[in-house]
Amino acid sequence: MELTKLTACQAADKIRKKEISVPELTYAYLDKIIELNKKIGAYITVCGQEAEKQADIVQKKFDKNEELPLIAGIPAGINDNICTSGVLTSCGSRMLSNFVPPYDATVIKKLSQNHAVLLGKLNMDEFAMGSSNETSWYGQVKNPWDPERVPGGSGGGAAAAVASKMACFALGSDTGGSARLAASFCGVVGLRPTYGTVSRYGLVAFASSMDQAAPVTRDVADCAAVMNVIAGYDPLDSISRDSGYEDYTSFLENDVKGLKIGLPKEYFSGAVQKEVKEKVLDAAKVFESLGAEIEEISLPLFEYALPAYYIISSAEASSNLAQYDGIKYGYRAQQFEDLVDLYKKSRGEGFGEEVKRRILFGTYVLGAGNYDVFYNKALKVKRMIFEEYQNAYQKVDIILGPTAPSTAFKIGEKTVDPLDMYLIDAYTVPVNLAGLCAISLPCGFDSSGLPVGMQLIGKPYGEGTILRAAFTYEKNTGGNGGIDRGV
Amino acid sequence: MEYEVVIGLEIHAELATKSKIYCGCTTEFGGEPNTHCCPGCIGMPGALPVLNKAVVEYAIKAGLATNCEISHYSRQDRKHYFYPDLAKAYQISQCEYPLCRNGYLEIEVNGEKKKIGITRIHIEEDAGKLIHDEYGRGTFVDYNRSGVPLIEIVTEPDMRSSAEVKAFFEKLKAILEYTAVSDCKMQEGSLRADINLSVRPKGQKEFGVRTEMKNLNSIRAIVRAVEFEAKRQILELEYGGVIERETRRWDDVKGESYSMRTKEEATDYRYMPDPDLYPIYVDQEWIEQIRATIPELPDDRKKRFISELGIPEYDASIITASKPLADFFEAAAKESKNAKAISNWVMGDLMKKLNDTGLEPSDIPFAPGNLARLVSLIDENVISGKIAKQVFDIMWETGEDPADIVEKKGLKVVTDTDAIRSVIIQVISANPKSVEDYKSGKTKAMGFLIGQIMRETKGKADPQAVNRLLKEELDKL
Repeated sequence: MELTKLTACQAADKIRKKEISVPELTYAYLDKIIELNKKIGAYITVCGQEAEKQADIVQKKFDKNEELPLIAGIPAGINDNICTSGVLTSCGSRMLSNFVPPYDATVIKKLSQNHAVLLGKLNMDEFAMGSSNETSWYGQVKNPWDPERVPGGSGGGAAAAVASKMACFALGSDTGGSARLAASFCGVVGLRPTYGTVSRYGLVAFASSMDQAAPVTRDVADCAAVMNVIAGYDPLDSISRDSGYEDYTSFLENDVKGLKIGLPKEYFSGAVQKEVKEKVLDAAKVFESLGAEIEEISLPLFEYALPAYYIISSAEASSNLAQYDGIKYGYRAQQFEDLVDLYKKSRGEGFGEEVKRRILFGTYVLGAGNYDVFYNKALKVKRMIFEEYQNAYQKVDIILGPTAPSTAFKIGEKTVDPLDMYLIDAYTVPVNLAGLCAISLPCGFDSSGLPVGMQLIGKPYGEGTILRAAFTYEKNTGGNGGIDRGV
Repeated sequence: MEYEVVIGLEIHAELATKSKIYCGCTTEFGGEPNTHCCPGCIGMPGALPVLNKAVVEYAIKAGLATNCEISHYSRQDRKHYFYPDLAKAYQISQCEYPLCRNGYLEIEVNGEKKKIGITRIHIEEDAGKLIHDEYGRGTFVDYNRSGVPLIEIVTEPDMRSSAEVKAFFEKLKAILEYTAVSDCKMQEGSLRADINLSVRPKGQKEFGVRTEMKNLNSIRAIVRAVEFEAKRQILELEYGGVIERETRRWDDVKGESYSMRTKEEATDYRYMPDPDLYPIYVDQEWIEQIRATIPELPDDRKKRFISELGIPEYDASIITASKPLADFFEAAAKESKNAKAISNWVMGDLMKKLNDTGLEPSDIPFAPGNLARLVSLIDENVISGKIAKQVFDIMWETGEDPADIVEKKGLKVVTDTDAIRSVIIQVISANPKSVEDYKSGKTKAMGFLIGQIMRETKGKADPQAVNRLLKEELDKL
């Protein structure tokens, strides 16, 4: 039995049946990391010793027949923008290439309380800014399906690690689609929770009004299991809310009868690749055959989502990243003349090009005279998009569309013109702007054998409905069956 | 030409809450550098602010006590600038939607009453402090103060003289002390003022160009800075110059201000609503709950002191301007039957001691009851007024009960007429010249003789008895 092929739920079951042990499972993953990480580049930091130690501790608990949470003993990778006490948290940036937080993010505390085994920290686009993992200071993550292609971004490390069996599941983040896009390119499952569902405490801020940690998993059931661990109100995050869910796995029902699924025509026109469109429409037919009602809808504000997203997210990023000044922690330039020079050089050398571009852009749109023209207007567009989706949900229960306009593209293909890259996010960002939830899951392969991802978009706190629909699709199609064709 | 000075203030007061505005760290002053800190205070990645409810309550209290409207909706914004003491490189403040607006305070200068408008009061966080190493090893940052809650009180440009500024500032300080919103310890920087000042020819409607002076931290400095700047601007205009819109720094040692930066160099703070914090919603019920906790304010207390305790209006204004002083006075007056005498002691010897020692009214080293008993000792003729001053000095030094002091030092008035008479006879025989003068009608000589007798008795002789007996003895001659 190849232990790393088991999903979290399957492994949990076998651990309880004493068919496998937690250390065995953990070693299997660590071996896989040794075998593949050089090729894929998914991990920035591997915590081998800590993982082994934790595996032993958890196994002892199992040996004493302690009743443990489902996720106990399951080896996981963590995005490098989630603070881990005593372990480098670089955000894929030279700026934080020496930053070891003295505290755990709330989601890490929750994983620890649930006795998960943390394997290490995952590569990502610098400060989560990017769609291809080409902006990381720690190098390019490669797509396990084709090492010449990008894994998607910013959570490329998370999706690639899960797809290539270097982690049973991963915690990514999703500000504009990072977890979903990478999941889509790597043929795994990624869930963007409703804003406020998962505590942001310890998640290094990119665009605070949209940041959420996000599970990246092998299948839908694992996704629900991870949500059970990480969701919940946190007094350390003023924005966090009790979403009202007690058990996300209770929605894992094979039933979509009567479910109204909307297909927005804007998601199926324009830039979308023909094969991607076909696969997603095929999925719609599957839903229809299982008793769901398919309806074409229209979201005319779709085209405004991307500019609004880039204005808002860059404005917030320019503010959030101002604290990296070379004074308190992080990268400091070796030589400088005075305070201003220290700032300029540390930030100039510490940040990469894409991050600098967004800081400049964000600073510009917040500047005196520009605030109302850009930032405030973008906030208005955000509000209108929210209302447009609210109206759509009067008619349908969930919205179905492609996660990205294409499958994984070649490394370097879109780095010349940043706008080319931004367009990859067109289908994911409306979800973040409108405060919705969405799950991306594989729905087949294109002719080059690359995974195609579709996303099911739910209304705010509609995780239960999208999990049920995604689970039903997976059950009836074999879902992640294709995963084994990966590296 | 005659000029009119126009002044507005921006006052920062540290709130007296136990914990900081966005975390649970203590607000206590001092402490080893960077020990009152958490990831949020130091601006570490991933840390988030959680608003301290008490900060909102304290600020609303300040607003209500200064006749402000309280906003049912207010917002927290980020104000961006780079400086090492500002950990996040933005300060969470309030820009467009402050917590309190449209208040006023009434002041009185030279018997004239005047309303000074308060434009707004908003909440914000304080920054850390830079410590320049005295051995030249560089500059260090202490973030203990980072995140200490502040309110900023912005006035209308309603003040016209340093006297009005002083009256307003003292009034505001008293109100913040009375409501316990701030401890107002200016020497620790918990109350500081920025001065906006312009001048214009008398009668002109438009304001002149204003300058701003930042971080004045004593009333004396505020008064001097206003006077200096007004004079500087008037001279500038008189000599045909122009006033530049600029920020100036007041040097209290040199007693002058100098330019820091002009408007062209002003920072664009790029205010934006803080996405980490929800807007603050305040309903009427909450406002009323807070209103109910506001104690008697200086104006009402002053009126009560005049009507109930019968002290002069002038004394009452001075005493009520400081809450600890008014508390001390009131406690002493309640224990005494003679409030007027207590007020005289407070206005006289006590104020002088405070001034001489530089202590605050909260540091008075003896209990109010001791002052009340001191007054009783005088009123009951146990000691003389002169001796009382000695006793007061000892009370200040030791905090002892005045009756004990009198007993221990043997300071009781000598009412024994035989004893006094024998001293008188002694003094008369020792000063034949004065006796002669007296006899020849020079009444001044009487005073000299009394002085001699008091000296001999170390001031303990009952003055009335001395007067009566001396006359008797002199008449016998």
